[in-house]
Amino acid sequence: MRKTMYMAIMAGLVMGSGVSLADTVDDRLAVYQAEGAGPFDAARGEAMWTRTFTHAKADKPRSCATCHTDNLKANGKHARTGKAIEPLAPSVNAKRLTDAKEIEKWFTRNCKWTVGRECTPQEKGDFLSYLRLQ
Amino acid sequence: MMNKTIVSLLGAGGLLLAAGSVLADDDWGWSRRGPDVAPVKNELYKSECGTCHFAYQPGLLPAQSWKKLMGSLADHFGENAELDSETQKQLTEYLVMHAAETSDTRRSAKILNSLGNEAPLRITDVPYIRYKHGEIPTRLIRGNDKVRSLSNCAACHTRADTGSFAEREIVVPGAGRWEDD
Repeated sequence: MRKTMYMAIMAGLVMGSGVSLADTVDDRLAVYQAEGAGPFDAARGEAMWTRTFTHAKADKPRSCATCHTDNLKANGKHARTGKAIEPLAPSVNAKRLTDAKEIEKWFTRNCKWTVGRECTPQEKGDFLSYLRLQ
Repeated sequence: MMNKTIVSLLGAGGLLLAAGSVLADDDWGWSRRGPDVAPVKNELYKSECGTCHFAYQPGLLPAQSWKKLMGSLADHFGENAELDSETQKQLTEYLVMHAAETSDTRRSAKILNSLGNEAPLRITDVPYIRYKHGEIPTRLIRGNDKVRSLSNCAACHTRADTGSFAEREIVVPGAGRWEDD
């Protein structure tokens, strides 16, 4: 009996930590779908990730890699302050894509900084579809 | 009887405090009145602001500066640092409640004295801060890849995160200890 309970608790813990990213990302995708976006495409997300943008507020061309580097599993570096940015890839940084508020905060800030405007629900869904696989 | 006990307890406490002040005034980066600026104890502030840059202590600027800064996060020195309105409100309250005017630390007092009625957005525009860094050659800050800007406090002030900016704690990357002579 005790062993069964222990197993059940352990299974719950493992599942709890395992489904967190999937839950959060799936919830976001559902929200974007409700806003008229979808289906989402990881390849399109990757293409936008590597694209370089120029806009009125950018002194030189900007891309996601400007701060996050080309390697999502490596540390990035804040373009202005030089402060280290933890890896974005969930495979090496379990905290990533687990908090809806954080996801939306950084979409707002970083889309405006990099692209020069907010990302559309379609673009955000494509990004998350790409990033969750990293 | 009761009164006498209280008086002697107060007396003993006073002696302890006095002894503590003397001890605290040696090599620990604390002056007689505590740290140079009050350390950051707000976890929300540490995580929200400290992710991108040094979590500047609120006692480094007056309340009016923090209000202006928190009201213009969409253009935060050229970066977008927008927050949801609830987080923004909470952080503004924290910063204003712990701004230089509310602090009794000696550096906050010097910062305020140097400002008059000014409320700059940048800590590096505070006259006292500028004066304190005036003798440092450009190559050690702007021309130093590990420092890059005067706003990068913790690059040289090794205990900046504790609110201590004592001169003996300064180590300039690539140049060693800083001695003002």
